Amino acid sequence: SSQQHQEAVHHCASSRCGEDSHGKLYKNDTETQLYSLKMYSIIHIFYNTIYDEDEVLLALAEQLGNFTMLVGGPEYVHCLLPPLESLATVEETVVRDKAVESLRKISQEHSPVDLEVHFEPLVKRLASGDWFTSRTSACGLFSVCYPRVSSTVKAEIRQHFRTLCSDDTPMVRRAAASKLGEFAKVLEPEYVKSDIISLFTALASDEQDSVRLLAVEACVSIATLLPQEDLETLVMPTLRQAAEDKSWRVRYMVADKFSELQKAVGSEITKNDLVPAFQNLLKDCEAEVRAAAANKVKEFCENLPEDNREQIIMTHILPCVKELVSDTNQHVKSALASVIMGLSTILGKDNTIEHLLPLFLAQLKDECPEVRLNIISNLDCVNEVIGIRQLSQSLLPAIVELAEDAKWRVRLAIIEYMPLLAGQLGVEFFDEKLNTLCMAWLIDHVYAIREAATCNLMKLVEKFGAEWAQNTIVPKVLGMANDPNYLHRMTTLFCINALSEACGQEITTKQMLPVVLKMSNDQVANVRFNVAKSLQKIGPVLDSNALQTEVKPVLEKLATDSDMDVKYFAQEAISGMFDFLLSTKLLNFNSLNFIFLLFFLCSFGPSITIPNQRLQDGICHGTLSNQTLKVIACLSQLHTFTSSAASSFVLCGKNTK
Amino acid sequence: MSTISASEKVDGFTRKSVRKAQRQRKSQGSSQYRTQSAPVELSPLPQLKDTPSAEQQELFMQKLNQCCVLFDFLDSVTDLKSKEIKRATLNELVEYVSTYRGVLVESAYPDITNMICTNIFRALPPSDNPDFDPEEDEPTLEVSWPHMQLVYEFLLRFLENPDFQPSIAKRHIDQKFVLQLLELFDSEDPRERDFLKTILHRIYGKFLGLRAFIRKQINNIFLQFIYETEHFNGVAELLEILGSIINGFALPLKAEHKQFLMKVLIPLHTAKSLALFHAQLAYCVVQFLEKDPTLTEPVIRGLLKVWPKTCSQKEVMFLGEIEEILDVVEPTQFKKVQEPLFKQISKCVANAHFQVAERALYFWNNDYILSLIEENIDKILPIMFGSLYRISKEHWNPTIVALVYNVLKTLMEMNCTLFDELTSSYKAERQREKKKEQERDELWKKLDQFKLGNAPLVQNNSHSIPNDTNDTSAV
Repeated sequence: SSQQHQEAVHHCASSRCGEDSHGKLYKNDTETQLYSLKMYSIIHIFYNTIYDEDEVLLALAEQLGNFTMLVGGPEYVHCLLPPLESLATVEETVVRDKAVESLRKISQEHSPVDLEVHFEPLVKRLASGDWFTSRTSACGLFSVCYPRVSSTVKAEIRQHFRTLCSDDTPMVRRAAASKLGEFAKVLEPEYVKSDIISLFTALASDEQDSVRLLAVEACVSIATLLPQEDLETLVMPTLRQAAEDKSWRVRYMVADKFSELQKAVGSEITKNDLVPAFQNLLKDCEAEVRAAAANKVKEFCENLPEDNREQIIMTHILPCVKELVSDTNQHVKSALASVIMGLSTILGKDNTIEHLLPLFLAQLKDECPEVRLNIISNLDCVNEVIGIRQLSQSLLPAIVELAEDAKWRVRLAIIEYMPLLAGQLGVEFFDEKLNTLCMAWLIDHVYAIREAATCNLMKLVEKFGAEWAQNTIVPKVLGMANDPNYLHRMTTLFCINALSEACGQEITTKQMLPVVLKMSNDQVANVRFNVAKSLQKIGPVLDSNALQTEVKPVLEKLATDSDMDVKYFAQEAISGMFDFLLSTKLLNFNSLNFIFLLFFLCSFGPSITIPNQRLQDGICHGTLSNQTLKVIACLSQLHTFTSSAASSFVLCGKNTK
Repeated sequence: MSTISASEKVDGFTRKSVRKAQRQRKSQGSSQYRTQSAPVELSPLPQLKDTPSAEQQELFMQKLNQCCVLFDFLDSVTDLKSKEIKRATLNELVEYVSTYRGVLVESAYPDITNMICTNIFRALPPSDNPDFDPEEDEPTLEVSWPHMQLVYEFLLRFLENPDFQPSIAKRHIDQKFVLQLLELFDSEDPRERDFLKTILHRIYGKFLGLRAFIRKQINNIFLQFIYETEHFNGVAELLEILGSIINGFALPLKAEHKQFLMKVLIPLHTAKSLALFHAQLAYCVVQFLEKDPTLTEPVIRGLLKVWPKTCSQKEVMFLGEIEEILDVVEPTQFKKVQEPLFKQISKCVANAHFQVAERALYFWNNDYILSLIEENIDKILPIMFGSLYRISKEHWNPTIVALVYNVLKTLMEMNCTLFDELTSSYKAERQREKKKEQERDELWKKLDQFKLGNAPLVQNNSHSIPNDTNDTSAV
């Protein structure tokens, strides 16, 4: 049967006339076979309509990579190669890349024999294709088949790769350069030296900077593969040249990969070569390069050999860093600001106070908000070393200014650091200086800020406790309930939502609840339905007495509101409440009601859902009351049940009968 | 800190124009200027015209050498004197190569090209504005333009000098030179690109050995632009050069050129920034079709394949190009593409965007296109009729409706009987369409069910009937 199958496969793949072979084999044999065959024909159809929309091709390229089981398992996986080969020659880069990705994936599913018989020839065909697209695709396939083929084939693969590295189309050279590191990793060590190094040197001095910069990436992998003593002669001349390349893109790449390079070449070369190179990059004439290097300052310093790390930083790196603090470009400064605080842990307390602190303070006063923000967001590093108090004098004006920045994203960012700052500065400092800011954000013009401010209050209460909340925040928040602006009144509700849990039952019931209930008479519908939402939200914090006597009547009233949304949310809240009440098992079951309920549910069909496990328990244990059923009726009107729960209702119903 | 305007505080989003106003101040520095070890001070040399002709050559070399010194133009106060000396010298050199005869002796070529290379070849600096929109934003200008302009001028005069000898110059103006020149086309400064365009054109004209190479490199730039970077400032300029290159192609066209048309020029239509170079691109395409009319079918099919789906502005451009193509199309070629083409046109005519509909309807103002339509009315009218009839009743824009009436009238005059037939069968046709749609919907529904029912099957790779999937008590 397997042979028949294979024949069918070949027939299908070679003749490309699906109809006939389907017809014959359809009646035939086992289901698996039939199934695989269907898959072939489907693939086949796609294969023939390959000149289709790129989006379709992309999906096809992706899916074919998962088709191994569908075509009958690894023995037949090679029949996926022809369509993927076509896809790997498509012009559209994303399609091609996806096809290569899938080819790489299924290459692992080929047996070594199949790999040589089917896969490797495909790679060769692609590598010697006329149009550049197939050659670029080939570059990504060498490394996956190389480890698993015979040595003659290996030699061929190396030759192909070499040819592509000197292809006259830059796109192909780029593809080859980007796979150089990966290919080097699967090569035997002797070939790394004999083949890869010369290719690497050639690509690193390519006439196109877009090729040269990819060689920098490969440099990292190659350096890790070579023994330390060879690095100096084989890799370093090229790396030095790259660090001083005339194109800023190449220098940028060196800066961007600096930490990886540093690890790959080891501490000796780092000391002798990379330190001066890094200094140059920090002083580069292009801001892009300086910013990339500035980003690496902390990592670079961390990874310096410990024995003379401090000395290298103090004499070589810090002077450059000082200059960057007053750089003309804001991206450079903000890149630096995002890492500079990290230096304090490396340099220790005394150096931090003497050398770094002035820099932090300068950056806190920078004209660009991002720089200040980056400093503030990393305060915790400094806090560990010297304590935040050293900074508080300059910190405050910086925070205040950011808090009032014209860009709401900046304001948002500073709000997010408030809990952290509050924790580090302490409650007195906070009350004195920052509290007013936090309250002012509640009436910001931008909703996102008001929302973040509410969330911030919650975190502050978690930090400083309910008592603090009661004295400092709650009165102000509740005061806003009488604000003429309905947005501010709603903010009160949002704050209550956020704070009730952190403040506890007493404050919520005694202080917040009355305000919420009073707001149910608000003339703006948005406020009223937010009252319903709030009541649902704070329900779990309240005691059942308050729920029954105070909340329920208000919700019931809102459920008859003239506004559709108010009604909706009130009903939502009632059902939420019901959910809560159920857990208290106060309710009692009545079989007549249950039949009514079933009837009701059936009439709504499968669009009904879950109250959840507890409801199911409730039904099974017969603890549902009249009222509950009404609520369920409500719920089912809201169409929020899933069919699963509905069917479990039915099951339960049967049981009780 | 910038002051906060009231409007900014209210909406938080600054308007694009405001942001741009802040951005558009800086000129860009050249990456070429790297801090030199010591500042070089130039001292003025005597004027060439005041020098005896025997010494002129020597002085010419000295001046070329002097012009190899580069200055930092970002710093507008340093080296003022030296900058001025270099400017004056460059001016003098320009005049010298353009007016004097016999100055281009063989030994001068290396120094001349060296001076040019040192000055213009540089890695272009990173763009100041990463989301640079060439249609809206002002380009950042090259700061060292006062010198660079003169160097470009000098290069141009050098190439145009009657004594210029390509056979000598080709040792210096070689593939590497051209490659670097092509890279500069990415410059944001339109003045620079304009010079480059003329210069590359001259080089293409004078150096036969470089022609294939230049075409190939332009090819690469375009492919990179389309499929990789989506960013290159000089596409329009390169296309302009190509327009005249294509014009000069010998017949029959080489396979290489046809490939360029199909694999590069057609995909170029997919670029986001098409508006910036569409005129030049359409010109190139039409040039090809005028050379070889048999390319009409693949080109039109190619355009239909990359036809914009959501961008109305681009659609208008495509329609413009189609009209340009139809203007030169041969009737036999037209017959080959009329069906797919008019299916697209009928969609455009019915487009809700009135500019698209209007542009498509303007085809009926073109006498040549009208004659083509009339010749093939039995094929075209059935394709167009449905859309036209429908929008004559449904389109929101009164201008479009008026235009459609005229078009319908023209079509009716072309073949009255067919028109009447289509009118009477229109309703039935619509109903058939509706039914078809319904059937399709149902088919999809069935397929969906099939998919759900078979989901576990696909995973298990077996054909057994799926187990009871309604077992939901576990929820």
